[in-house]
Amino acid sequence: MSALTFTLKATPAHRVDCSPLTPDQLTGKNAADIAALTLQSGKQTLRVDSLFDISGDDANEIVFKNSHTKLDFIGKAMTSGSITIYGDVGSYLAFQMKNGTITLHGNASDFAASGMAKGLLHIHGNVGDFLGAAIVGDRKGMKGGTVIVTGNAGERVGDQMRRGMILIEGNAGSYCASRMLAGTIGVLGTVGDYVGFSMRRGTIILTKTPQLHATLQDCGTHTLPFLSLMFKALGKLPSKFASISQNRVQRFAGDLANDGKGEILVFK
Amino acid sequence: MIINGVQIDDTFAEAFNMRGTRVILTAQNHKWAYHAANAMTGFATSVIGCGVEAGIERELSPEETPDGRPGVAILMFAMSSSVLMKQLELRMGQCILTCPTAAAFSGLDSPDKINLGKNLRFFGDGFQISKQFGGKRYWRVPVMDGEFITEEKTGMARSVGGGNFLVLAESQPQALAACEAAIEAMRKVPNVIMPFPGGVVRSGSKVGSKYKALFASTNDAFCPTLKGITNTQLSPDIESVMEIVIDGLTDADIRKATHVGIAAACSLGAENGIKRISAGNYGGKLGQFQYHLREIMNDTTLAGGAA
Repeated sequence: MSALTFTLKATPAHRVDCSPLTPDQLTGKNAADIAALTLQSGKQTLRVDSLFDISGDDANEIVFKNSHTKLDFIGKAMTSGSITIYGDVGSYLAFQMKNGTITLHGNASDFAASGMAKGLLHIHGNVGDFLGAAIVGDRKGMKGGTVIVTGNAGERVGDQMRRGMILIEGNAGSYCASRMLAGTIGVLGTVGDYVGFSMRRGTIILTKTPQLHATLQDCGTHTLPFLSLMFKALGKLPSKFASISQNRVQRFAGDLANDGKGEILVFK
Repeated sequence: MIINGVQIDDTFAEAFNMRGTRVILTAQNHKWAYHAANAMTGFATSVIGCGVEAGIERELSPEETPDGRPGVAILMFAMSSSVLMKQLELRMGQCILTCPTAAAFSGLDSPDKINLGKNLRFFGDGFQISKQFGGKRYWRVPVMDGEFITEEKTGMARSVGGGNFLVLAESQPQALAACEAAIEAMRKVPNVIMPFPGGVVRSGSKVGSKYKALFASTNDAFCPTLKGITNTQLSPDIESVMEIVIDGLTDADIRKATHVGIAAACSLGAENGIKRISAGNYGGKLGQFQYHLREIMNDTTLAGGAA
């Protein structure tokens, strides 16, 4: 069995909702069934084979090739298997993902990992705004799982994030961890203004002390054994974070404007 | 059956179903990990008066612990899951939460879980922080030395308690020396503890008493000073009897520890005053497990230290 591969034929005219193309929904379907599935694109419904060349037969291992930023909702609500994408993707990558693995070799647009509950999203590239954030109307963003970004992330990373871990090896934009409810966000590069704005709980791990607003307060420098525990648990992940062994940090607590049980830990 | 001049009685030890767990205690160094472990497993010799039977299983190197610090693995056993959990939470609160630099983690993977630090988090008075990684939930509780870290739950397993054997010797020092040799060898066997002081118990009991309030009393048949006035089990040359009690995670662990312990005791031999090895039972009516000494000593697959 070889990986079920969708190769994009040409740039679509409108955005395409790719949510039906997950391992869960394609398992047990033959090539003709898959080709005849329809995808929503603006007001149109398009057959899968009108957009993609299809090859391979292992629906548990899906590959997108020649991907484009107009492909939205890849891996939506998937519960098992893996999706590997070559090229850029649109918004809502791994939206409400329940389990499994998504690996992207390219850049993702906004709202990646929104509502994600479990599994691994590995982005070898940059990601837009609202990574792991709640969509408008939802009160919680990411609820679990792990996101690794090797490049940079946009603004509002982890907005209203409830649980899970976002590890950014590059930089993050403004309002990182805004309104965060819990969970962990690590950024090895720099963060923009207003990091932790209105965060309630949760942990932000940084390598450089950022410009902090007034309602984040310095709690001093400490050696925290829990960091050793965490980085040891991360040891199996394919990320630069796995090789960190430092546990001496300056701890800032806040946002005191919103209960103040969150923390920003900066390596010393 | 005679090993190195020591007679192995044709009898069996009788043991019981218990519930057990393993907890990994870590600290800044082994000294403080042992302080934590000794407190946690203190006053835990017998379920009769202590609620649980607990002991140190072995020392752990930093590579073997979840947080990369030196540690100690302890085992704890009780007659029911509810008692085990109650005692675990009590001892965690009084012995580990209080111990400088100490942290506690589950040492047993099992589908059955009991609370480890779950309720200790409330000591944090709202400042406690939950962290989840690797599918496990941990609690960070701010305390005066920094942070107390504990896993929320630990695994619980059906296990076996009360495996035992008796060492009958010509003198008290000789009985103790044989028991010390046995304990030293048995401590290398994984998944077992010998919960009594130094691993050895001198006050073996029988069921019942002349006093109505007591349901157990001294095992007069094995008391050397009563040889002439009771239905004694001792020959005239026996002057002292000591017992080693074993709790283990599985039936096979008890069998192995029994074999290793008896072999070590017998290695001192008759020339060092070790005369007989026997075992305690209740006629086979109370316990779910029986460990027949001769069968275990004939099973050569049980020989050797660590499994």
